[in-house]
Amino acid sequence: MKPSRFEYFSPASTSEAVEILASYQGRARLLAGGQSLVPLLNFRIITPEALIDLSRCRGLDEIRSEGSVLVLGSMVRQSTAETSEIVRTCCPLITATMPFLGPSPIRNRGTIGGSLAHADRVAELPAVAVALGAIMIAEGPKRRREIPAREFFLGDLTTALASEEMLREVRFPISSDGERFAFVEATNRHHDLALVAVALKLVLNAGRCEQAAIAVVGVGPKPLRLPASEGCLVGKRLDAATVLAAAQLSTEGIEFESDVHTPASYRRHVLPSLVERALRQAASNAHGNDR
Amino acid sequence: MPQRHKIELTVNGKKLQRLVEPRLLLSDFLRYELRLTGTHVGCAHGVCGACTVSINGSTARSCLTFAVQMDGAVIETVESLAPRGPLSLIQQAFHEHHALQCGFCTPGFLLSTREFLARYPDPSDETVRMALRGHICRCTGYVNIVRAVRAAAAKLKEERTGHGS
Repeated sequence: MKPSRFEYFSPASTSEAVEILASYQGRARLLAGGQSLVPLLNFRIITPEALIDLSRCRGLDEIRSEGSVLVLGSMVRQSTAETSEIVRTCCPLITATMPFLGPSPIRNRGTIGGSLAHADRVAELPAVAVALGAIMIAEGPKRRREIPAREFFLGDLTTALASEEMLREVRFPISSDGERFAFVEATNRHHDLALVAVALKLVLNAGRCEQAAIAVVGVGPKPLRLPASEGCLVGKRLDAATVLAAAQLSTEGIEFESDVHTPASYRRHVLPSLVERALRQAASNAHGNDR
Repeated sequence: MPQRHKIELTVNGKKLQRLVEPRLLLSDFLRYELRLTGTHVGCAHGVCGACTVSINGSTARSCLTFAVQMDGAVIETVESLAPRGPLSLIQQAFHEHHALQCGFCTPGFLLSTREFLARYPDPSDETVRMALRGHICRCTGYVNIVRAVRAAAAKLKEERTGHGS
């Protein structure tokens, strides 16, 4: 099967890109790295009238730190982010998560913004964005606006971006002293698609947890935070009993879903183990700095 | 009919100009327009790795890329590894270690192996398996592929240092 016919645009600027996008009134698609979009085109699951290739848009491949924020342009390739020293220093969780995104030929083409805007329920990056509290910068024909990661993912392949908006860049808070991170996932085959994945960020002060953000993907159509587990950690030391208690609370309030890869019961079963493993990893400070 | 676009690109060292329809995949462009049939199409959605080529020095799925995007790009396919005659060192290692049976997946494995060994000259079995996890082989069970890659790594090291390890 080959894609159905479409017009191809390769604009040099984002303003041009969103102008073309708006002119097609929802019948055009933005092409980033193409690693998720092109399979949908090849199987004619989607048949857009036009593709707007963002790879030649000026400035979209920038990686920079601005005050307390790490800015990743939406067209930063995943393999570039993975090996970037700025990313490693500012947001070690992103660096640690990259190898999970797919094999090298996919990460060489796949982009940060593409993965986030595609919003696959088992994609790893949305968990990282939600755990870190990233801000998405959307650009439309008239204005730019900020969308917090928690409000960005609405469901399967659905985001808060309007039909004439594109994801321009993502702003991640730069990690400060005392922050700990972890990313873990359960897969059918080693490093295959995630069945369930957990990204977490803790802020520790003198051994006690001041803040906890735990995000999970794969259990349902969009990333979720785990407020019960988070609440159980705050104010405590990360000792074995606390870790276990937080892990046990992780399934609270979640409606687990089944799919062709694994039943809901397995997801419910594996989530506490993943949370436990992530907390142990964070406690042993695999990444991050002490204070 | 959508507008056709002119592209100028370099494939295996040769500069080319072509008019392409936007929906033409790079894999089909290579196979049908350029008759470079060493690039194989297995799954057409990026899972099997058989169509892997090198775009501007980085491996990529040619089935997930459109030819029209390749204006200005430098592309290398499996045909570039041994343009005239003797097999490349990595190909020779695959041959000697029986790292293929039907050979359908081999072009992709070769290009990813080349990229991998350039970055990780002294890999363990585990890192080889991690690096090549984006390639499916239904014949070998991967054991001989891992052997071949390790052997190629040792040979490349020998070439660099002038003696064996």
